Amino acid sequence: MSAAGARIGVITFPGSLDDGDARRAVRRAGASDVALWHGDADLHGVDAVIVPGGFSYGDYLRCGAIAKFAPVMTEVVRAADRGMPVLGVCNGFQVLCEAGLLPGVLTRNSGLHYVCRDQWLRVENNTSTWTTRYEAGADLLVPIKHGEGRYVAEEPVLDRLEGEGRVLFRYVEDNPNGSRRDIAGITDERGRVAGLMPHPEHAIDPLTGPTDDGLGMFLSALDSLVAA
Amino acid sequence: MARVVVDVMPKQEILDPQGQAVANALPRQGFEGVSQVRQGKRFELEVDENVDDDTLARIAENFLANPVIEDWAVRRVES
Repeated sequence: MSAAGARIGVITFPGSLDDGDARRAVRRAGASDVALWHGDADLHGVDAVIVPGGFSYGDYLRCGAIAKFAPVMTEVVRAADRGMPVLGVCNGFQVLCEAGLLPGVLTRNSGLHYVCRDQWLRVENNTSTWTTRYEAGADLLVPIKHGEGRYVAEEPVLDRLEGEGRVLFRYVEDNPNGSRRDIAGITDERGRVAGLMPHPEHAIDPLTGPTDDGLGMFLSALDSLVAA
Repeated sequence: MARVVVDVMPKQEILDPQGQAVANALPRQGFEGVSQVRQGKRFELEVDENVDDDTLARIAENFLANPVIEDWAVRRVES
């Protein structure tokens, strides 16, 4: 498959905000972007899916709790089971946790404040589908903007994530939300499904973001699709 | 029709910053003696008589609560 032949879908729910930037990041990486609607009953033949940030369904009940029942999510769960790469950013991370594709849950920031700033992250795992373009231990500067980003899971789950190298990113210098073990992003057992609270799609060009450090996530996924 | 109440509370071991903020605000208003506040949710459901307890439990477990962080309790009340 050529890079431009790789089709990466970006879901729009009622209340999604960052679908436009996610599609722009896909194009900047060199792939073709495909708009997916929450009511879609199929994935239009895409090769990977991004669940973007925002406030799907107004964050009613819990963040991501209603989005997980959207028709398109049924297909995303099925595709992820078959090994399709899936990335959830911010609200998308919350949706993937609620849908059971990733363990744990994102809860109210420990300081209660909505946090909006550029944040340093450390790459802990550069072998997942979404992180191969990074060097292990590299520091990235990427925007964060969330009120409910405190990653919580039971201790044995946290131990297993650490033991299996499934923590993708950790907050460095300052933990913005009280996440357990400074976890900013994780992946599933196969390294195909990834979720993180920071916004790589907002950091693909120094003109519009703090850095282009986020572009590597989209290039990493594209590499794996082209190689497949 | 029957009325069902589902209470959803953060688990004891889960940090509840909202409850803490409420607790911290009480002394500022002159209310002393409240040492802890936990904040949860209460759902009131009007259900047909044929909706059984097992169905209600699945609604609570799979949707109204996230069992990773929340406990839930279902009870039928006089409507």
